[in-house]
Amino acid sequence: MRYAETGYNLEIDLSRGNVERVETDPKLTELHLGGLGTNAKLLWDRVPPETEPFSPDNLLIFSTGLLCGTPAPGANRTIVTTYSPQTLLMGYSMMGGFWAPELKYAGYDKVIFRGKSPELIYVWINNDKVEIRDASHLRGKGAVETAEIIRQELKEPKAQVAAIGLAGENRVYMASVEQGRSSASRLGIGAVMGDKGIKAIAVRGTKDINLARPDEFIKLCNEVLQYIKARDQKPVPGVMPILAGLGSPAEMKLVDEEWHTQNFMWGNARERKRDYWNKEIEEKWKQTQETVRTRLISCYNCPMKCGALISVPGISTYMMKCFSKLTYTMAAFSDLDFGFKIAQRATEYGVDGFSTPQVMAFAVELKEAGILTDQDFAGCPSDSEGRFYWLLDRIVRREGIGDILANGTYWAAQQIGKGAEAYAHNNIKKHEQLPLKLGMLNPVYFLMYSTGEKINITQIEGQFPQAPFPTMEEREDFVKDWVQVPDEKFKKYLLDWEMRGERSNPYYPTVDMSVDIVDWQETMHYIDDALGVCAGLSAFPLKPPYHIHNYPTFISSATGIDMDEAGLKKVYKRNRTLLRAVNVRRGLRRTDEKPPEDHWKKRFPELEAKLLDAYYKFKGWDHEGIPTKESLQELDLTYVAEDLEQRGIIKNE
Amino acid sequence: MKKVKTIKIDIEKCNGCRACEVVCSAFHAKPKYSSNNPARSRIRLIREPLRDVYLPVYAGEYAKAECAGRDKYVLDGKEYEECDFCRASCPSRDIFKEPDSGLPLKCDMCEDDPPQEKPLCVQWCINDALTYEEREEEVEEEVKLDDMEVGLESMIDKYGVQKVMDTVARMAKKE
Repeated sequence: MRYAETGYNLEIDLSRGNVERVETDPKLTELHLGGLGTNAKLLWDRVPPETEPFSPDNLLIFSTGLLCGTPAPGANRTIVTTYSPQTLLMGYSMMGGFWAPELKYAGYDKVIFRGKSPELIYVWINNDKVEIRDASHLRGKGAVETAEIIRQELKEPKAQVAAIGLAGENRVYMASVEQGRSSASRLGIGAVMGDKGIKAIAVRGTKDINLARPDEFIKLCNEVLQYIKARDQKPVPGVMPILAGLGSPAEMKLVDEEWHTQNFMWGNARERKRDYWNKEIEEKWKQTQETVRTRLISCYNCPMKCGALISVPGISTYMMKCFSKLTYTMAAFSDLDFGFKIAQRATEYGVDGFSTPQVMAFAVELKEAGILTDQDFAGCPSDSEGRFYWLLDRIVRREGIGDILANGTYWAAQQIGKGAEAYAHNNIKKHEQLPLKLGMLNPVYFLMYSTGEKINITQIEGQFPQAPFPTMEEREDFVKDWVQVPDEKFKKYLLDWEMRGERSNPYYPTVDMSVDIVDWQETMHYIDDALGVCAGLSAFPLKPPYHIHNYPTFISSATGIDMDEAGLKKVYKRNRTLLRAVNVRRGLRRTDEKPPEDHWKKRFPELEAKLLDAYYKFKGWDHEGIPTKESLQELDLTYVAEDLEQRGIIKNE
Repeated sequence: MKKVKTIKIDIEKCNGCRACEVVCSAFHAKPKYSSNNPARSRIRLIREPLRDVYLPVYAGEYAKAECAGRDKYVLDGKEYEECDFCRASCPSRDIFKEPDSGLPLKCDMCEDDPPQEKPLCVQWCINDALTYEEREEEVEEEVKLDDMEVGLESMIDKYGVQKVMDTVARMAKKE
């Protein structure tokens, strides 16, 4: 019997209309756990590096994590993997919600799509019965609307549906996959789904998920729940409200947006409004948020309330999470009321709430600079909100200028020319980033921004505070119950970290400490993403319930696989290195590993080079960021080394 | 007087996570916690997010036929089917039945040896949508059917007592 996992993948060849249930190799679970790890392995093994993202040979993988469907709180993430049309690298975007556990209960760990369907279809997975069904009546329908129609026509209100909207159908590079309160938004996953002709995947499952050592496992689950309850009563002092508690930032619960509105940039990631927040705005925004927010909601088997039901009078209800309430608001120089309204339309269209507002603000700037013309904006309203609605409608339909903007700021700037490139200023590896512009370089963040394979900071940053605490007393208080540290040395790093002077950014944490800290953050994210546990209970917040010390027992008691901390760190390292190898084979090199030029005002080229050198060395990679033969062999990735050698990427000297 | 175990359900506090279903099905697995499957749970969340319907309901008595009740309730501006509130394992719907056998399920308040402090669903609902209450009530003692008896009763309703007896006798011979 297989424990925690089902031991089966669903392979769907859309060109031939063929569906197969394929048993997986248990050895791969030992090597990679599941989720992101086994997805990377599939992409490495089965998709040659020259494959175009919109080729039928590209795979689109919807994966559960190893612990999804077990009673582990917050183990509900779906990890979607393919080659991104925007970055051309491996794109992995994830979503919470209810879909992954349902797939497990239906009897599958992953759904792997290859080929392309000639007609728009949706897939209905109902335990052993899997159907590819006509979706022509769903063409052009909103993502949320589609899910409702499918549940009704299947007469299965308990089916969980992941769907694309118009943006995915039209292969917009910011297209998301929407699912209830969650979405896999980043890196154009929805565009690949649309390219394959898949409108939606509906799942219903009523089978068991088994555990190897149930008593041990449930005890750990109870400890996690009790910890969450206690932690809720003990917010971390001295940090901004969204960082004080657990969860993906509790943006739906909190109304205080002083920090975001005054520290994040408005418009096309340009303008900082240091004095924006005042009593009047606070009152107004509080009223807006409390009027439209009907209920705070969670994902499957998680006590947090990171999401909300949003019902704006006059438009249909949708679900929201995290920061998207402010991305449109701030990009359009508007207010929260507008943010909640346009996000409804954007959710139905199925677009990424980070990139899309930036693309629209970029277009507005290009117009103001005379690079885009009146003709490009013919028919566009003149007010900021009207302009944003108009641009959104053009982008998802790929109409007029929208057809170019639909490729994101990097590619659009290339196509537009005339100096437009300078306006696509907030990208890493061709992908739009948080609109954050700061003063002094932070060495830890420099590394995370530059080298993260996710290409998205929110999925990299984590448990080490973002800034030093001003007083020693606060620091001592913080480290007192800091059980999550993998090693006591991290406490010292924090205790010694000052706001100013010798032991402050950018030279402290030192190069080696920075590399250590980043490795810890990465370790947790890679484990979460293999297990399907939400980073909001693990890698992301300060002092989370899951950590490197309790994860090994979670894994071993769930699966029966022998696992200790050293073993788990090795799995992390293997997965992290394999992901790097996938991207290196696609052409990723050192020159691509840099944050936006203007991310920090004060930059230190020499120090930055040292940081990268040390990071690569620590990982067992060469000067270009390519894993060395020896380090690959140590991680049981000899076949990767051989391939990279044959391609001349690893030089055989 | 008898101690009556009750669960108070505050639907305003429900965040829709279904942890109650997870732990219920795990607790009642054999061996305990060895598997979980919300489809086997004796508590179910009637959940329609877009209408803000979040309603945890416990499995109650087995009903051999569906009742006439098809009325609708409007509470706080939200419309509920009468069935949404019903605890019966009933032929009109698929909840509160074992997914493989179709046999009825019923909440037993996690009565167990050693006894649980509170039913597991309450323990796992740390948002307090489910809270446990005991009260003293004068009740007539009745003979409670155990799981197997309820199952057999439903089989007898479906196939008739003679057929069930014949089948059991035949199977017993094979053993």
